[in-house]
Amino acid sequence: MLRRLDTLIAPVVAIVFSIVFASFILLAFGANPLDTFLRMFEYATTPRSMALILNSSTTYYFSAVAVAIGFKMNLFNIGVNGQYRLATAVAALVAGYITFPGYIGIPIIIFISMLVGAAWAGIAAWLKVVRGVSEVISTIMLNFIAIGLIAYLMAPSVLGVQTAENVIGTPIIPEGNRIPEITLGNAPIPVYGMILLAVALGFAYWYILNRTRFGFDLRAVGMSPTAAVASGVNVKRMTVYAMLLSGAVAGLVGLPLLLGAQYTFTVNFPGNYGFTGIAIALLGRNHPVGIAFGALLWAFLDVSAQILDLIGVPREVIVIMQGVIVLSVVIAYEVTRRIKVRRQQAAVGMAGHQ
Amino acid sequence: MRRIIKIASVLFAGALVLAACSSSEDTSTDTAPETPAVKVGLAYDSGGRGDGTFNDAAAAGVDRAVTEFGVEVNEVEAADSDGDPERAERLRLLAADGYNPVIAVGFAYSAALAEVAPEFPETTFAIVDSVVDAPNVASLIFAAEQGSFLVGTIAATASKSGKIGFIGGMEIDLIRAFQAGYEQGARAVNPDVEIQVQYMGPAGDNTAWNAPDKAKIATEGMIDSGVDIVYAAAGGSGLGMHQAIAAAGGSAAGYWGIGVDSDEYVLPARAEFKDNIITSMLKRVDVSVYEVIKSVVDGAPLSGVQNFDLSREGVGYSASNPAVAPLAAVADEYSAKIVSGEIVVSTTLD
Repeated sequence: MLRRLDTLIAPVVAIVFSIVFASFILLAFGANPLDTFLRMFEYATTPRSMALILNSSTTYYFSAVAVAIGFKMNLFNIGVNGQYRLATAVAALVAGYITFPGYIGIPIIIFISMLVGAAWAGIAAWLKVVRGVSEVISTIMLNFIAIGLIAYLMAPSVLGVQTAENVIGTPIIPEGNRIPEITLGNAPIPVYGMILLAVALGFAYWYILNRTRFGFDLRAVGMSPTAAVASGVNVKRMTVYAMLLSGAVAGLVGLPLLLGAQYTFTVNFPGNYGFTGIAIALLGRNHPVGIAFGALLWAFLDVSAQILDLIGVPREVIVIMQGVIVLSVVIAYEVTRRIKVRRQQAAVGMAGHQ
Repeated sequence: MRRIIKIASVLFAGALVLAACSSSEDTSTDTAPETPAVKVGLAYDSGGRGDGTFNDAAAAGVDRAVTEFGVEVNEVEAADSDGDPERAERLRLLAADGYNPVIAVGFAYSAALAEVAPEFPETTFAIVDSVVDAPNVASLIFAAEQGSFLVGTIAATASKSGKIGFIGGMEIDLIRAFQAGYEQGARAVNPDVEIQVQYMGPAGDNTAWNAPDKAKIATEGMIDSGVDIVYAAAGGSGLGMHQAIAAAGGSAAGYWGIGVDSDEYVLPARAEFKDNIITSMLKRVDVSVYEVIKSVVDGAPLSGVQNFDLSREGVGYSASNPAVAPLAAVADEYSAKIVSGEIVVSTTLD
């Protein structure tokens, strides 16, 4: 019970602190913090905004889980950006050019996207286990290569088409290849069907990590590679598996937006969900439920930022808040961890005296 | 742990007190009382007002409308992470709040506007650099190739070495049209001119618009190989070209830079380089934005494709640097030929 409380205290303190911090910034801008937060809350609780929040958090969830899989093994997959962009671009080309019969196309497209994400992350994994290249370096480099590769694929002389004046992208995806949306009550915007996949992924992530031998090995390598080797775990193989899995999940990141709203991949496709995922994975402590809350919080802040602009408050306040939340969560966890260690040490010391 | 909570609660309470103390002034008091309020909603692309080029050009148009008509303005800005749903929501919020016209700055709003415009048939929308086919949308497009043609003639005339350069931002058709016009103009004056071209990034690489370091190195490379006039159509990256030109000795040593979109010679952000800026290709986003607002104020809203070309003074070259005067005759001669249709400038090179 106490342990559970400890894990909750850190994020709560972080959020409260960031609210306080943001309040001071708002005051500095001459805006009334209480009014501002009320307006944000009011706007974010309209049915339309709630649908938007759910939609964004679906995307963020995939991204954060992709990052968390790496974190669990002490791998820093900073290349989710490149992995999902390339995966989404290829998926969009397949979905745009090929009309599959019935709904069979959707699983195929999802699979291809995961495959491309895994393959792109696999390059980094290969470099790491064979050549000893740090995945931080290789994945971030691969991000740039992915951008170049996408630009090549999207060229009108290769596979791209003009979707609007000055906009080059993939052909509009036909109806059958789109993922059906879910309309909640009387919300004016439907929710991405992919949200169900996000929930399933969260459960699978939890199950594999905590209830399978593979998950145990994964966590063991993350905590102590030497101990893992001693107990017979092939660290190199686990590294490759973890990167491939991380990349495969990263391949899902762009799909909610692609198959649920835009139906085309253009060069303007949002390119930064990977970094958001890193922040949310930190926020949620790599825990499937924690990440879900982190994603919802992040999406809430992003969506409510829109209203700030409209009432004349710089939206950067939200970015500052997000930054402060992540920083203070990291600090708060570290503080709670140290207190726990001290408490343990004290308990051990007491036991020794007796 | 308890201490942290204590500190946090003290801080939080303090903030609440401060919040209560701060006066609750209304922040939106820019209305000119005597005119019936036309409320302009302006949705910038990422970067927003103050980016020194594209968005600022739109801002200048709005500012002019504010002083002339006393319209009320609300400006919102895109975030880098925006997809179409976020962009659509931004436009929708403005329209739902009664802003009319709602002006979307940048082609990235194309799909979002196509979705939102039919929802508000009474609202006039406008989009810069793109075409959205709806009865209540004015699509503001620019014949950048024509303006670039003119600065190309200036570059080829001013160059002593017969070698000129072009720095592009993102390698997309929009910017290739600048390059195409520039090359056609330069070749019209001097068929033997050598033109070096560098783009700052492939399509999809948003850093291309804001990589002055890359642009500086690219320009230095051009200068090393004998180029003396460089035209940058690269957004914020253009700064690097100006830096490299200045480092090479600037206009005193015969090196000139050519600006883009805004009149960079008079732009405060470029003040330290103004003596090296012989001219700028003007893409009058400000004029187009102003005209849209004016049309709504006048009660006859613009709609359809509005092509801001040379004949409409939607593009052109800047003559604010006196050094351009001896070269202006050439540019003006070609300008007349383009307006009359004698010369047709292509947006592509092939």
